Amino acid sequence: MTIVQFLILGAALFSIGVYGLLTRRNLVLVLLSVELMLAAVNLNMVAFESLLATTQALGQVFTVFIITIAAAEVGIGLAIVILIFRNRRSANADDMTLMRW
Amino acid sequence: MSFEVDYLALAPELVVVATLLVVLALDLVLPRPRKYWTATVAVAGTALALLPLAALAMDGTVRSMFDGSYVVDQFALVLKGLFLIAGYIVFLMSHQYIESDRYYQGEYYLLLLASMLGSMVMASSRDLIVLFVGLELTTGPLYMLAGWRKGDMKSNEAAMKYFILGVLSTAILLYGVSLLFGLTGEVSFAGIAAATAGMEAQPLLTMAVLFILAGFGFKVSAVPFHWWAPDTYEGAPTPVTAYLSVSSKAAGFVAMLLVLYLAIPSLSDIWAPMLWVLAALSMTIGNLSALRQTNIVRLLAYSSIAQAGFMMVPFAAAAVSGADLEEAFSATIIYLVVYALMNLGAFAAVIAGARTTQSGELSAWAGLGRVDARIGVMIGIFFFSLAGIPPLAGWFAKFVMFRSVILAGGTATVVLAIIAAINAVISLYYYAKVVRSVWMDEATKDLQVSAPAGSLRLALGVSVALTVLIGIYPAAVTFVTEASKVLATGG
Repeated sequence: MTIVQFLILGAALFSIGVYGLLTRRNLVLVLLSVELMLAAVNLNMVAFESLLATTQALGQVFTVFIITIAAAEVGIGLAIVILIFRNRRSANADDMTLMRW
Repeated sequence: MSFEVDYLALAPELVVVATLLVVLALDLVLPRPRKYWTATVAVAGTALALLPLAALAMDGTVRSMFDGSYVVDQFALVLKGLFLIAGYIVFLMSHQYIESDRYYQGEYYLLLLASMLGSMVMASSRDLIVLFVGLELTTGPLYMLAGWRKGDMKSNEAAMKYFILGVLSTAILLYGVSLLFGLTGEVSFAGIAAATAGMEAQPLLTMAVLFILAGFGFKVSAVPFHWWAPDTYEGAPTPVTAYLSVSSKAAGFVAMLLVLYLAIPSLSDIWAPMLWVLAALSMTIGNLSALRQTNIVRLLAYSSIAQAGFMMVPFAAAAVSGADLEEAFSATIIYLVVYALMNLGAFAAVIAGARTTQSGELSAWAGLGRVDARIGVMIGIFFFSLAGIPPLAGWFAKFVMFRSVILAGGTATVVLAIIAAINAVISLYYYAKVVRSVWMDEATKDLQVSAPAGSLRLALGVSVALTVLIGIYPAAVTFVTEASKVLATGG
């Protein structure tokens, strides 16, 4: 296995995440897309770490921080989705049009 | 590897953490009518945190911890001071607003304190991991604060838009960071700077820088990454908007400048043109959009986008022309400090004025100065200061910005300076339009004067005093320029 294969997989995951974020209308799926992007970042980090083998395992340490903070952020995100669902009975991003520039 | 902890260096953060925990505990035990005590504790704790900060500033030694990942130098202290003072003013202006609302209070101050703590950590960070944790701690609580008015659809929508754009920008930033890590094998700024110094240009490196800059572009709402800002600003409670447009933007700026200046200065061939474009677009599009706004908060949102453009000018100019980055760095920090103070004042005046007008629409603000002269004068002071008219603080920020551009020299720089000058004139038009409407126009409806509470008056007083003082006596902030030059790379 070479680093390139991991990087291509990471780039593919990231792109799928961006695509999902832009096209999905359901807010829960939008959240999932963001998770996919962060997974791509984690994959990159771990792959680079195994390639470089830094003395303090920096890539893996970074990954642990990213996973932890991503979990906290999804908690916030789901809370906001539930809030919107309670007020509107829908979790569709197309309904969020109260303010337009 | 050293694990020595210098408790004095961490004292300001520790005081904020203690305050945060006390607020959390108090909110649990206090009966509902006495919830406002949490506000008092939060304000007192913030003021208390300034004491160890002052002691550290007097001492003046650079303290470095955790292998140089966390550094307390004069630069970090200046910014921590700014975050604390901005937080203090926001607490003061929130008090009446939150109390007259029917929503919970304790969590509000808890979340704001957590966000403030994140910004303070970030100012001291000298490696990407600490920077990331600090940045997320700054923005995480703000997603919830933007949606503070739970029953208000606009507030829900503001929170959702801010959240999606926030996590998207984090993911983009982290993707760039992961590539940068892969190319250098380092996470500390000093290590990355050393590793990238001799590096040849290659597509992966360009991509890493592009992703990092785009991620920060979202955080500071620079055009073309700005479209979340006006909606979020309008929907969020106004004191939160003030905090977003000042502290959160300042935090994003500090993170961006730290990375560009300390970690990848040798890659300025890649990022300088991008920053130039971001600065020019932010100024122009921010100002042109502000011209046709009819809501005062949206107007301030676009004005803050334009001001972010002005802030990027010195750094972009110096990097494009290959001039000394240090001078430009100080100019940006000065602009940031002055902008923070006058923009907080502008929001405080808007909150106070909205009590009388009962609306954010500019048409309702006509004739406000005639029924409530004090608020009218405040609006005049802060809006003219934002436009950069002497003798108010804004002129000095603009002066420092143009000065650093002229020092940099070069064709691309002169073009940027001309764009900035044209934009300064455009911005005067819409700032003056608000002031004219407040003073000259006939009131469109019967305005019942509602006096602001003591805390809001104090917030206004502090902001006015600082805005006028800095404008008349700029030396009051020039020590910031000198102090911010003591910037240790750590590592």
